[in-house]
Amino acid sequence: MLCVVRGALSTLAQTLGFQEQECHAVVLAVDEALTNIIRHAYKGKNERPIAASFRRIQVSENGSNRAALEILLEDHGVTVDPKELCGRPLEDVRPGGLGLHFIRESMDRVQFHRRNGRNQLRLVKFIRDSKPQTSC
Amino acid sequence: MQIASRHLDKITIFDVTGDIDLATSPELRKSLLRELRELHTPRVVLNLTSVRYIDSSGVASLVESLKASRDAGGRFIMFGLNTTVRQVLQLSKLVRVFEIYDNEEQAVAP
Repeated sequence: MLCVVRGALSTLAQTLGFQEQECHAVVLAVDEALTNIIRHAYKGKNERPIAASFRRIQVSENGSNRAALEILLEDHGVTVDPKELCGRPLEDVRPGGLGLHFIRESMDRVQFHRRNGRNQLRLVKFIRDSKPQTSC
Repeated sequence: MQIASRHLDKITIFDVTGDIDLATSPELRKSLLRELRELHTPRVVLNLTSVRYIDSSGVASLVESLKASRDAGGRFIMFGLNTTVRQVLQLSKLVRVFEIYDNEEQAVAP
């Protein structure tokens, strides 16, 4: 199913005005986030539910409003140890541990919360072409 | 994802088609490590011309294959990376660790 999500998200990112390389980045980040949920929160059980929502938002930054894509992913898996979210030094050439690095490099904001027995991941990417609108 | 293999003297070339992700990377890993660890093929070449996407699990399989080839004193080579695949390898800071060529002719050259 990951390939279906990638295809749909790529189309969405293009529609929102992201450039080609940014579309790849958004797709990679969400794919890696879903992979992490399946692997770590659900311990490899890929039939468990993951709720995903995508919306265009306005983000306030330095007195300006910027358009962005907000992605929320929610699962009912086990609590993820924050230490596991630290990634690892890239100088150490070995398999594994790259997913979180890819997510952080691809998105502008990455926030993780545990609420009501659910893991919530919020990803935000600014739409570069949108001109900042100064707040009144 | 589909994998096909060809042999050229002491070189094995894997032609991969499709996406390398959580669901498909175990198959690629198994094929590559068998070739390197069990068959001891001195040069294994991965044709990524028809690969549209690779994730961190795919990159992990490539790193493991690279290590296996080094342990055996062999070479693990890739060619035909599209922009998306190259972008992921660059993001992992591993693009300089791998032996990467533009085309098959360069990858199998003596």
